Amino acid sequence: MAAAVVTTPSWTKSFDISTDEDLVRVRHGVREAAVSIGMRLVEQTKLVTAASELSRNALEHGGGGRAELAVLEDGTRRGVRLVVEDDGPGMPDLALALTDGYSSGAGMGLGLGGARRLVDEFELWSEAGVGSRVTVTGWVS
Amino acid sequence: MERIPVLEMGEFLMVTIQVDMHDRLASALLEDLTEAVSARGIRGVLIDISALDVVDSFIGRTLSMIASTARVLDAETVVTGMQPAVAITLVELGLSMPGVRTALNAERGMTELRSALSDGAQGGIRGGGRGHDT
Repeated sequence: MAAAVVTTPSWTKSFDISTDEDLVRVRHGVREAAVSIGMRLVEQTKLVTAASELSRNALEHGGGGRAELAVLEDGTRRGVRLVVEDDGPGMPDLALALTDGYSSGAGMGLGLGGARRLVDEFELWSEAGVGSRVTVTGWVS
Repeated sequence: MERIPVLEMGEFLMVTIQVDMHDRLASALLEDLTEAVSARGIRGVLIDISALDVVDSFIGRTLSMIASTARVLDAETVVTGMQPAVAITLVELGLSMPGVRTALNAERGMTELRSALSDGAQGGIRGGGRGHDT
């Protein structure tokens, strides 16, 4: 991961993730933010889909959680960042968790690895017994 | 509970998904379609998703399950009208939706279903057109 660029969130919004309807709210929020910075349709769709996968992970594996959506500006470009976190059991093996086809639940195991492929920046933190946090960002230059 | 409306036309079912489905709504659609196929001798199911701007792994998996379940009950399923941005995203996500037959629009989907059923009548249904059958 490249060194973090100094960015200023110009707009933020928080979401509670405790039901499947909250996933729809997160999707709509991310779509709105992506549209507001002029992101192309394909990039919007990828980011919204990644947001949906990560939020569902937090709901199903983390027992619910939170999402923080932000529109970023760093002078030359604008982006949408979504941080999804939960206080669930965490992932003991991050490399394994990112492998396609691996799932600790009923899903297809495409969530994390798939979400990573759909965004420009992807950061995963997890600690057993504490929780997980995934940060994804899509940029428009 | 909220439901996606299902239209019945002879031996076909038609569904147009117009809303961003939450997971339970997608699961309810699977149950409703399966129930209808089984109870009323349905041979073909057409699901139009042209209004959907997101298909994530859950919705994709639900569409796959609808197609597989319908096939076990002797009905064919075609998913029509997928937006290009959704198709690109699904491929990148790694979701191939095995066994789901697709068509560009509802009209072609109906043609696809009819031809699948007449092929089937001549022995063994095989994927054709833009289908993803294996």
